[in-house]
Amino acid sequence: MSVDVAPVEHAFEEVAPPKGRHGAAAWVSWIARRLGLAVLTLWLVSILVFVATTALGDPVRAILGKDYNSDKARVAQLTAQLNLDESLVTRYFHWLGNFLTGDFGTSIANQQPVAGQIGDNVVNTLVLVAISAIVMIPVAFGIAMISTNYRRRRPDTVIQTILLMLAALPEFVVGILLVAIFSTTVFHWLPAVTISGPGQHPWNEPKTMILPVATLVLAVAPYVSRIVRANLLEVLDSDYVELARLKGIPERVVMRKHALLNAIVPGIQVIALQLAWLAGGVVLVEKVFNYPGVGNQLVDSVQNHDVPMVQALTLIIAGVYVVVNLVADLLSILLTPRARTAISS
Amino acid sequence: MSATADRATPAPTPAPAERSTFQKMLRQKRFVFGGIITLAVALFALFGPLFAPYGENEVVGPPYSSQGVFGTDYLGQDVLSRLMYGGTEVLIIALLATVLSTVFGTLIGVIAAYGGGWWDEVIMRLNDVLLSFPQILLALVVLTSIAQPKAWMLVVLVGLSNAPRTARIARGVALGLVSRDFVHAAEALGEKRSRVIVAEVLPNMNAPLLAEAGLRLTFSIGLVAAIGFLGITTDPSAANWGQMINENRLGLATQAWAVLAPVFVIALFTIGTNLTADGIAQVNQRGGDD
Repeated sequence: MSVDVAPVEHAFEEVAPPKGRHGAAAWVSWIARRLGLAVLTLWLVSILVFVATTALGDPVRAILGKDYNSDKARVAQLTAQLNLDESLVTRYFHWLGNFLTGDFGTSIANQQPVAGQIGDNVVNTLVLVAISAIVMIPVAFGIAMISTNYRRRRPDTVIQTILLMLAALPEFVVGILLVAIFSTTVFHWLPAVTISGPGQHPWNEPKTMILPVATLVLAVAPYVSRIVRANLLEVLDSDYVELARLKGIPERVVMRKHALLNAIVPGIQVIALQLAWLAGGVVLVEKVFNYPGVGNQLVDSVQNHDVPMVQALTLIIAGVYVVVNLVADLLSILLTPRARTAISS
Repeated sequence: MSATADRATPAPTPAPAERSTFQKMLRQKRFVFGGIITLAVALFALFGPLFAPYGENEVVGPPYSSQGVFGTDYLGQDVLSRLMYGGTEVLIIALLATVLSTVFGTLIGVIAAYGGGWWDEVIMRLNDVLLSFPQILLALVVLTSIAQPKAWMLVVLVGLSNAPRTARIARGVALGLVSRDFVHAAEALGEKRSRVIVAEVLPNMNAPLLAEAGLRLTFSIGLVAAIGFLGITTDPSAANWGQMINENRLGLATQAWAVLAPVFVIALFTIGTNLTADGIAQVNQRGGDD
């Protein structure tokens, strides 16, 4: 398997239950520990973002480009706006304090407050990711089940090879291929870009959502499908499934009742990781379709060297990532009887 | 399945591991097929500039015309020639980034596994912070305050954004090694810890790390191309597969090849490297079930 399975093991280490406590207290302590880790992660991410955006390069020079040497007044103004004359540590805590009180700073590109320009885009992106997930999950599980059904025979090999090839493709390559096939070159069925006026959401025109969703599904489903298949195979080879078969239960029922449920839990972890991954992958897909979401906005802001905007957007994306992982951990605990009893007993 | 088979027939031929692994790989269809594609694209990228019919920035006709094999691009430059020029940078940056991430990630992972306890906890916690960051974001935040990135910056960025992923794998592999007898023996003989890592642990990690490096190469190519696609470039006039997609996107309806040619090459390249990596991984697992 060459899919990125590694974080899954990690997720399971993470859910290792605390020892020696009982019932509710154990649950509270486990949740508190996980929340604490999430907050710690976000804090470290905030340091990383702040240092990367303001200290590694020279933002003022990047913003002004060729004007840097001629326009001293603008240099001074930007330096003041970004507080660059203070020390890195002072600046960081100043910024963090503002951020925590909901003041995301002022965009350098248009001098408007950052907070007011982000809201709509966050909603648009969340809707895109949610729809993609809703489509992706049954598709991935379905493919995995079909593949498992033909395990180690030709159709399985063919499906797995195709999935492996799809998994290799960068998401923007998939997006452009879909555009070429369905909207510009081969067929002319679907719009190539998302066009939505201010104050309008892209899903008001459902047709424009099809290609972005399809791209994200094609980018993520192969991973999930391959991992679910691997889990299914492991379960199907296990003793208790063998016993079920020996009792004369038909293979389809064995698959549905005995195997699938036990393969779902590791699947949840993978889906969560992939959803979290979507938070990053969505950047490129939104750019391909000009979808009005945070990813598109982030790329524009990076190109404009709009430091406060980039800081806010990356922290939001990282926040979503951390929350999704947290929820996945919780879900997989709740759905795994073994882990559940281990925590509460 | 394969485990039971192994137990039933204890392999009595202790053939030299390196050679037999490679021979096994050659029997893997995916490895061979992927390897051939990878090699072909790599050769095309490396030697393309020597055979390109026109210069990198030579205007040969009107914009988006169908002159030549793949027509012309948004400035009237020959798409085939730019395709032949545009791979070198992608290939070299992706390769160097993979080398960087493999070396760096392996070191981190092995130190965490071998150090154990507190070391392991802290290193892996920090690693998780980096992992909680989609790769492209890591590159983008740094590029925000840089006017025009240099090629080495892209190497470092792509490499470092890959390293935590390699580190996780390397730690997992190394954890299975550090408690083995030959490591204890080396420690008992009074070897220095750094020497134990270099001489005892690392050589036994070759195969899994090779598969991981192949996977990282796939992602690095994608990331380098993506950065170009987002319009961030080391040299705006130079040909670069990712950037070619970006510059010619508006002409997708009129002159599709200007966009599709680089798209297909990138797709072929990543498919090739991924199949190769999967072939190696399957040989490592010994089973080769699927």
